[in-house]
Amino acid sequence: MVITLDDLDQTVRDIDDPELPHVTIGDLGIVRSVEIDHERNVATVVLTPTYTGCPATEQIRDDVAAAVVEAGFEADVRFAMSPAWTTDWITERGRERLLAAGIAPPPPVGEPGVTFVDPPVACPRCGSRRTRLVSQFGGTACKAGYICSACSEPFELFKAL
Amino acid sequence: MALVTYVLRQGDRALILAQRLLEEITHAPEIEEDMALSNLALDLLGQARALYTHAGELQGPDSDGNARTEDHYAYWREQEEFLNPLLVEQPNEDFAHVIARQFLHDAAALPYWQAMTASTDDTLAALAGKAVKETAYHLRHGRSWVVRLGDGTDESHRRMQAAIDHLWRYTGELFEQDDVEAELVASGVAADPEAVRTEWQRIVDAALDEAKLTVPDDVVMQTGGRHGRHTEQFSYLIGEMQVLARAHPGASW
Repeated sequence: MVITLDDLDQTVRDIDDPELPHVTIGDLGIVRSVEIDHERNVATVVLTPTYTGCPATEQIRDDVAAAVVEAGFEADVRFAMSPAWTTDWITERGRERLLAAGIAPPPPVGEPGVTFVDPPVACPRCGSRRTRLVSQFGGTACKAGYICSACSEPFELFKAL
Repeated sequence: MALVTYVLRQGDRALILAQRLLEEITHAPEIEEDMALSNLALDLLGQARALYTHAGELQGPDSDGNARTEDHYAYWREQEEFLNPLLVEQPNEDFAHVIARQFLHDAAALPYWQAMTASTDDTLAALAGKAVKETAYHLRHGRSWVVRLGDGTDESHRRMQAAIDHLWRYTGELFEQDDVEAELVASGVAADPEAVRTEWQRIVDAALDEAKLTVPDDVVMQTGGRHGRHTEQFSYLIGEMQVLARAHPGASW
């Protein structure tokens, strides 16, 4: 079977994020481009890192390389820091999957600055907006800790970046 | 080469501050704060890694033909080769010191990275685009603690003020400009330290005012870290940071 560019592109985008197993790297919007050089049998994938220190970055690189090799190409996986990744690139399906996994999807990104105004975050379990921030930082770089005053459940918010 | 020195100063600033933050994990007053400090450290470590990679590309291989990697810069340089400002190597002392050090640093790092998004060095500009978002979030965290502790109990106010007073002497170095920097500012690679200082002063004054803390009087500023002259505590820090890599060269796990 001949692997087309569209096939490979889809294969790469369908790879699960190692720390958000319900969400693919395509959902996260970190796949910039997939190209195939048929003459050299090399596939080049360009990804955008999320946080500069995110430990998942190297796992994602290895997972993408493995998928490209599995598809029969030599892998050339690169990272492009510019333009910087933003949570606004998370797809609608990605946002739905985060919500289904009990993680509140990120609100739209404002201008970066010193003053932050937090929009109300809806509880992913009961939908109430009577929630409050309990920790600016969560178990991974991309999340913050919240608690819902309506159903009393703690939950995580995927932070706007 | 001026640019290598410049990039290493920034990389060392991020790495050494990350190392200090890591020492504090499990000592923070609440578990959310342990997570916060480790997240700050992780972002700083990521910035340091990107800067070291850039320095390695600029500097090229060493005299034995080995590429200079991130690990080379972190584990195999001697104390006097580290070029971080003295502020970030100051020991943790109490939680107020950890927060004051972070806040005074981040209040400079945010306008610094904002300015660096316009750097003529594409790699630095790209990193700045990411770092500016991370640093804004860090500053928000540190600033909220400064206000909470400064405008808190008598004890928390006293400790927060003492930490600001103690660390103030290390802030002047953040905006020093020597020949290395002047040349790069002129060519549009580096941010202008004076412009960064103006913005830093504005952020710090507003936060200390809200926290009911006093801006310290002018003091003699301590300097030397960016030229490889460090405080005594620094040798313990890099001793711990480097011991494993040096005891087992080339090990991986």
